[in-house]
Amino acid sequence: MNNSIPNITQIPTKRPFLRRKKTCPFSGDKSPKIDYKDTKLLKKYLSERGKMIPSRITAVSAKKQRELARAIKRSRYIALIPYQMD
Amino acid sequence: MPYYEHVFITRPEIAPQQVENLVEEIKTVIKDNGGKSVYTEYWGLRDLAYKIKKSERGHYSLIRIDSPSSAIHELERIQKLNEDVLRYLTIKTDDLSEESSPIMKASLKKEGSYSSSKGA
Repeated sequence: MNNSIPNITQIPTKRPFLRRKKTCPFSGDKSPKIDYKDTKLLKKYLSERGKMIPSRITAVSAKKQRELARAIKRSRYIALIPYQMD
Repeated sequence: MPYYEHVFITRPEIAPQQVENLVEEIKTVIKDNGGKSVYTEYWGLRDLAYKIKKSERGHYSLIRIDSPSSAIHELERIQKLNEDVLRYLTIKTDDLSEESSPIMKASLKKEGSYSSSKGA
């Protein structure tokens, strides 16, 4: 049986990518304040190479993402977090 | 008057005592220009995330200031001229909180002793 016809089970079916609606971690009132000195919090939003993770992945709201970016750039300037980690 | 937060890094070779003198000098400069420094912190000798002017470590200090902008111009001029200061960052903040910064909290948790000095 020449298997030129691909087996149906192997064809990747287009599963709808169901993602539960992630809420912005900074929107609630009890949410942590974004501070350029708080490296522990900032590191959560950096990739292992030290780059900023886009908000479409971390589900951070646009306003908070801008605040976060400013804080990360400030703490990089005063060498609390590196510009790139190799 | 507007509130500012000023963080600066000094060369590791100088002694912590000299860093204290520098902080005192900054306080007098601010007082002369009509402001007051409300809260100071010394984070100690920390490793830098990357080399700045050939040094791997540096003394970190933080000062929270309530002053007109003229005092800040004077402060930044002094920091620029001072060779011991590797880098400084002044930020306008909207509230002047007296509670310690996250870095200070972390180091306090480690030591378990309360060492940050209250500004005059």
